[in-house]
Amino acid sequence: MNKIKGLLKNLFSNKKKSSTISFGLVIVAFIVMQILIRTGNVSSLIKSLLVPLCAYIVAALALNLTVGILGDLSLGQAGFMSVGGFTGVVVSAVLSNYIDSKLLILIIAIIVGTIVAALFGFLVGIPVLKLEGDYLAIVTLAFGQIIKSLIENLYIGIDSTGIKFSFVNDNTHLLADGKMIINGPSGVSGNLRLSSFEVGFVLILITLFIIYHLLESKSGRAILATRDNKIVALSVGIDTKKYKLMAFVISAALGGAAGVLYAMNYAAITPVKFDFNLSIMILVYVVLGGLGNLTGTIISTTILLLLPELLRGLSDYRMLIYAVILIAIMLITNNEKLKVILEKTKKSLTKKGAK
Amino acid sequence: MSEFLSYLINGLSLGSVYAIIALGYTMVYGIAKMLNFAHGDVIMVGAFIIYFCLSKFNLPIIVSLLAGILLCTILGVVVERLAYKPLRSASSLSVLITAIGVSYFLQNSAQILWGSAPKMFPANLIEGSLKVGELSIPYLTLITIAVCLIIVVALQWFINNTKIGSAMRACSEDKDAARLMGINVDTTISITFAIGSGLAAIASLLLCSAYPSVSPTLGSMPGIKAFTAAVFGGIGSIPGAFIGGLLLGIIEILSKAYISTQLSDAIVFSVLIIVLLIKPTGILGKKIKEKV
Amino acid sequence: MSNVLTCKKLGIDFGGLTAVNNFDLEIESGQIFGLIGPNGAGKTTVFNMLTKMYEPTRGTISLNDKDITKLSSIDVNKLGIARTFQNVRLFDKLSVIDNVVVGMHNSLKYSTLDGIFKTPKYKDSERKAYDQALDLLKIFDLSSEKDVLAGNLPYGKQRKLEILRALATNPCLLLLDEPAAGMNPVETEELMNTIRLIRDKFNVSILLIEHDMKLVMGVCDKITVLNFGQVLITGSPEEVQNNPEVIKAYLGD
Repeated sequence: MNKIKGLLKNLFSNKKKSSTISFGLVIVAFIVMQILIRTGNVSSLIKSLLVPLCAYIVAALALNLTVGILGDLSLGQAGFMSVGGFTGVVVSAVLSNYIDSKLLILIIAIIVGTIVAALFGFLVGIPVLKLEGDYLAIVTLAFGQIIKSLIENLYIGIDSTGIKFSFVNDNTHLLADGKMIINGPSGVSGNLRLSSFEVGFVLILITLFIIYHLLESKSGRAILATRDNKIVALSVGIDTKKYKLMAFVISAALGGAAGVLYAMNYAAITPVKFDFNLSIMILVYVVLGGLGNLTGTIISTTILLLLPELLRGLSDYRMLIYAVILIAIMLITNNEKLKVILEKTKKSLTKKGAK
Repeated sequence: MSEFLSYLINGLSLGSVYAIIALGYTMVYGIAKMLNFAHGDVIMVGAFIIYFCLSKFNLPIIVSLLAGILLCTILGVVVERLAYKPLRSASSLSVLITAIGVSYFLQNSAQILWGSAPKMFPANLIEGSLKVGELSIPYLTLITIAVCLIIVVALQWFINNTKIGSAMRACSEDKDAARLMGINVDTTISITFAIGSGLAAIASLLLCSAYPSVSPTLGSMPGIKAFTAAVFGGIGSIPGAFIGGLLLGIIEILSKAYISTQLSDAIVFSVLIIVLLIKPTGILGKKIKEKV
Repeated sequence: MSNVLTCKKLGIDFGGLTAVNNFDLEIESGQIFGLIGPNGAGKTTVFNMLTKMYEPTRGTISLNDKDITKLSSIDVNKLGIARTFQNVRLFDKLSVIDNVVVGMHNSLKYSTLDGIFKTPKYKDSERKAYDQALDLLKIFDLSSEKDVLAGNLPYGKQRKLEILRALATNPCLLLLDEPAAGMNPVETEELMNTIRLIRDKFNVSILLIEHDMKLVMGVCDKITVLNFGQVLITGSPEEVQNNPEVIKAYLGD
């Protein structure tokens, strides 16, 4: 808890400073990466990881809003990514018949995916608000599973007569000129690969912009007040449910945007990609980076995604390493003795600094 | 009609397994006030142990089961001591994240140790079936239901009539007061984990006899469903876990039979959400009042 | 003169047990009103009913002649009842000044989108709010600690900050739950002046629960004594002080 306190303190007493650091870090990293790519110093493996990295960063920043800042554990982030991703796929498949500009198609796909994910966030959010703690977490998990299960049973195709849907069994009966967009459990194939590192970079900046500015407004303060003490927040006239829902919906919407970015990076993608494991992976990024710490989230996502890939052989152990990180961080940040030692070193350091 | 009856009996049998797993959740939640997310993975470990005992070492079924119970119990207690005990005063968010970490640790360790390919559990451990008119009920089904009943009655007796049982009840009411009354809270919580994990091993044998495939992710779905059952019946209540487990098993089998196999999981999770929204304290749960 | 607050036959049961019954109260504008009684008499329960944290079982509450019995905590606060808590409750992880600004939540009229895009409207109302919050902090001498986390303030200052946060919601009735708890006689004396100052400066009526009789008798215009959930007597400090029933309730038979 003390760590969270420290992080929150950093985050909010130096509001300006910490957002500058986040933005600066992202921009510098992008420029360096671009130079390395242009000079041919980046392996194709790393290049292929850049878009997923951006998508994970956006999804993790969004999750930090609910888990870190609002303080409610959501285990369904992958579900919102899935909703966004598959919406984006359908939108882009339809639009590609009318619009030539790839960038424009991607932008519209991201916007629509974000809106649909926000709607799902709203639908999930209403019941979730009635619950707290472990029950809330389990319901978000259940929603994630339901969403996955629904998409696995979804068949969407397009032919000259228009879009056709069916559920559970493929009854789309497409004409000869038709094309399946989402094919039940086997998902999407022949997807347009529209995502790029540049779009991912811009999406990260937009996400940071939204979350930081939200936190500096009355809505952000209301979210923090709700997290700190619900009853007191009510007593000063704050509609705690509204702000919980707001955090939840924004988090889902940004998760949806991340989902579109992710899905539009591959020619083929299955609903299983967005399973519970993905939700947990993103949770690990948030927890390691520090609850409530956005810069930390960006750094931890980058390290945890790239490290196992770079150290070959480690990638088999990825989830095991993630599990150990989760446990270790929780045990360390909740260790009373360690807290005392940390406080002491901090004090002695500041004393030395003063001398 | 006989078709419906046989589905119902299948549901009771699956529900009995859920009930046994749910007992582990409900006891731990009632006493340690935490959702032991890794409980499902203890079942998985139990399944592997019993599998190895049966097919690699050719041990008799009873010995294999006892080995499973023993090792799962040790696993449960060790996990509690190492991962959960240091977090006794931490926020529920920290505890749940840790439990998820433990769950993933067990799953991925199993995957690295034993591979992710499913292993065939020796089928036909208990063969034959009882014929009642048109109905043919496998002995395995009957044994499963009977085992569950025995466990529930025994556990209920244990909680109400032994010294450890009353210590458990005291801890679930108020840990600080229990400590002042000279009850060793840590030991009581360890015993609770031990019992829950031992029961998990029994559940793994029953589960794998019915669905004979052993893999590292075997425990997660039954785990989440059993948690649903525990909440359904009222978390913290032993008869509640029993009723919730049976109902959930019946709902799952009937929705598979009459609605859709692919959507049965979605239906079970919808039940969880509806129950939590309408009656978060479950069928037999106590009402908790928020202190202002 | 019209009443700020009127309670008629207010009562609440907890699982069949009657905690408060037949509670009548009339507070006039500008009054400092005391609510006293032995421990467990139901004083805080009355506060929780007035702020709608508990749902009254019987009776009505009206604020400035408007029936608020069925409203939510949020709406009751918007209409003008603010409170402090018996055990100080601050937003520990927010800074001192943010605690006060959070109290101004409903008087900030810009939308969330204004906030995200930092429109002139947002900038203008935020600046005003922080200026106003700083003015409030100055009253209680807390302005030098404005960036400290509220949880790190010493206890006495936490109590003051809690009152400020309640005042920031711009109430017409302020409920103080044992404001002098844990204070020494000098601090209590100071608090008495502060309470009067608040009434005059902010034009609020005050209802306070307190065990410190010196404070209650010194500052209150009128007092209601609660015992076993029932009103024993309502009257001026002198009337209450000399009432044999009150003495019996406090000292026992």
